[in-house]
Amino acid sequence: MSGSVVDNTVSPGNSSVAIPTDISGQILDLDEDDDLEVFSKDLTLTDGSSFNASMQTSPASMINQYKFEEDAEDTKDIFVTVDNPESHVTAIETYITYRVVTKTTRSEFDSSEFEVRRRYQDFLWLKGRLEEAHPTLIVHPLPEKFVVKGMVERFNEDFIETRSRALHRFLNKIAEHPIFSSSEDFKIFLTAASGELSSHKKQGPGFLSRMGDTVKAVAAAVRGVRNRPLEFTEMQEYVDAFSQKISSLDKVTQRIVREQKEYLDELKESGPTYALWSQSEEELAEPLRNVAGCVDRCCKETEEQVKNLNDHLIPVLHEYVLCADTLKAVLRRRDNIQADFEAKTEALATKKADRDTMRDDLDKAEDRLEWANNALKSDWTRWQKVMRTDLRSAFVDTAERNVSYYEKCLAVWESFLHSQRTDAEGNGNVDFS
Amino acid sequence: MADSGSEDIAVIGNTDLTPSESENNLKNTMVEKGTNLLKMMEISVAEAEKRTGKNAVNMQETYTVYLIETRPVDAASEGTNPVPDSLWRRYSEFELLRNYLLVTYPFLVVPPLPEKRAEFVWHKLSADNMDPDFVERRRVGLENFLLRVASHPDLSSDNIFYSFLTEENGWKETVFETGFQAKADSRLKALNATFRVKNPDKRFAEMKHYGDELQSVISQLLRVRARAADRLYGVYKVHGNYGRVFSEWSAIEKEMGDGLQSAGHHMDAYAASVDDILEEEEHYADQLKEYLFYADALRAVCRKHELTQYELEMATMDLTSKKQQREELATGMIRTFSLKGMTSKLFGQETPEQREAKLKMLETQIEEGKEMVKERNAECEEFVKSAWVDIERFKEQKDHDLREALISYAIMQISMCKKGIQVWNNAKECFSKM
Repeated sequence: MSGSVVDNTVSPGNSSVAIPTDISGQILDLDEDDDLEVFSKDLTLTDGSSFNASMQTSPASMINQYKFEEDAEDTKDIFVTVDNPESHVTAIETYITYRVVTKTTRSEFDSSEFEVRRRYQDFLWLKGRLEEAHPTLIVHPLPEKFVVKGMVERFNEDFIETRSRALHRFLNKIAEHPIFSSSEDFKIFLTAASGELSSHKKQGPGFLSRMGDTVKAVAAAVRGVRNRPLEFTEMQEYVDAFSQKISSLDKVTQRIVREQKEYLDELKESGPTYALWSQSEEELAEPLRNVAGCVDRCCKETEEQVKNLNDHLIPVLHEYVLCADTLKAVLRRRDNIQADFEAKTEALATKKADRDTMRDDLDKAEDRLEWANNALKSDWTRWQKVMRTDLRSAFVDTAERNVSYYEKCLAVWESFLHSQRTDAEGNGNVDFS
Repeated sequence: MADSGSEDIAVIGNTDLTPSESENNLKNTMVEKGTNLLKMMEISVAEAEKRTGKNAVNMQETYTVYLIETRPVDAASEGTNPVPDSLWRRYSEFELLRNYLLVTYPFLVVPPLPEKRAEFVWHKLSADNMDPDFVERRRVGLENFLLRVASHPDLSSDNIFYSFLTEENGWKETVFETGFQAKADSRLKALNATFRVKNPDKRFAEMKHYGDELQSVISQLLRVRARAADRLYGVYKVHGNYGRVFSEWSAIEKEMGDGLQSAGHHMDAYAASVDDILEEEEHYADQLKEYLFYADALRAVCRKHELTQYELEMATMDLTSKKQQREELATGMIRTFSLKGMTSKLFGQETPEQREAKLKMLETQIEEGKEMVKERNAECEEFVKSAWVDIERFKEQKDHDLREALISYAIMQISMCKKGIQVWNNAKECFSKM
């Protein structure tokens, strides 16, 4: 997408201004609370171009014309990496920053390479802005704040490494998204110096106006939607089932890791036992030492296999568990936009005064609903493709690693057999033919 | 089945052997070439059956009997395949046989019986003596025991052993008639008593120490193996959940459905494969167990040698003391304290006739003592000679068997890895169609 299309600058004077996804995001560092989600979004082009001023316009409205299938895979013009976590200690707190490197040929970027440092809060902010700007588009989830089970500490090396990889995936998903990747906030996130970013973060609709709209939105939510189109009901059913299945897979995989670790603990004792035995023997000493070595080598391979599951499969499964939650939230937001429209329709039919303003509001609500639905439909198709690709490659990868694991262990034991055969043939003891 | 029609040591090392085949081969490799009894007859423990009956205290009990089949070797090679002779024995009769052999051949490392109760069990395996798997493994163990005895250069020619295999009725009485029980009791008493040997034989002491170490290390290995088997079972079985969830997930997907469904089947296959894997491993554990019990038999020989030597030392000491008494009596010098000496001091010297009588008695005793020492010395030497020959034979057998066991363990691991490779390659193909 070319041009300087901006999608989330909001002029404060606008009456039906957007409510950010997470009003607390900029004030308190809380976990995202679904109940405070955005319910309506009003977007305007800053340059008020060829579009009707009263019609809600934004790149989102161009979704109808925009074909998500042209996923610009071959013409990828932006590359983002996240790595190099570093710890920062101040008087008040300790936190981690990650290095974010961007390489791009896009003309809207001032340069072709950028390197900045960002902390988790910044990622959270970006996600919030994107959701606020596009309530019915699907934003890839961020890794969770901290993992409660397993008592992982915030600054544990493995945790930080896993989080770094997840943040990398997050930014790449944003970069690959046809709408999100041209977000001004995304650009600022990738390029601005820390000070610049902080001041930019402080902009945005005022707290009070946001609160006002939240109240309206909560009312709409309570009312509920009356005539949900079938396709969205089907979507809901799918999401519920998918959520269950992917959670199960996540749990099963974690259980496998646990069992495998316990197996490893036992196996680790058997190598040394064979070695101990070899010390009492003469003829048997060599084969016993050999077996001890083989068992030890298999232990190492098993250890690596467990690590692979932890580092590669589990994070992906976990991400899709979070995705399922995102999808549920998106569907809810869509429902609320529809509920709002339905409420306004009803109001127009019953009230007598202010009919012109109400008609105006109704038209706006109708447009909002139309493009929310279209946005969701297109992004849904896109998301399904991406999900399929991600999960397929995660499972294929896991299967490959398992094959490799067994192949390595096989080689270990075959070399033992080989050593015994050459011994035996040398001594003329046993016929192995 | 003891297919010892051929006298060649069977071939192993083929990784594609079925568990029963390799089991057979393993048994055959344990049998030595051209050994006495097995040259003449084939022996097997073909079946096991449950029986109920009244026991010694007239209470109903359930027990298992094992069918021992014997068949002359020539008949089989003639191709006529006659019906084998057979009889039923229960485990306690095997025990009786072994006890008899232990007492009668104390200088031999007598092959052990399979365990009385299941030990080193991992949780899925039953520890119940009536469990069919346990009974089956015991049947194999009992057959192995008979083959070991039948292939032993000395034990195989024992008559009681022969009648154990051939005479169903009255065998027990025959055994008791040998009077081995009495010998057993006295030996047992002696073995349990603590005694100190003055000049322990270094070789036997080392052997006993080796027996201790072997027992300790194999026990440890069996314990670790059982726990690892438990865990491995868990790992494989949890994968079965993948199968279930993939199947359910495939129901809500369109394009991904087929790939998921078929991948799920492979996960089920993977989960199921662990049962065979662990069954094979159980056989390896049984081989280790045999040598765990052999270690005990080895230690028993060393203890019995100690006893023999102790008895020799006792006899020697006794003779020495008698000789000293004679000297004192002859010279009138009292060097050793004796009650007689004290009383004579108190009550006066003995008459020359009394002394004569005493001397004569001592002379007789000394002669007897000399005979005793000679006997015991010969016994000891005989014991040492025979024992050491058998210990050397045992060492060779052990080295050979355990090396084979380690090799079969490696083969098992290889088989397990091959199965794993196959399953995950299949799964990978299915996943790539997702």
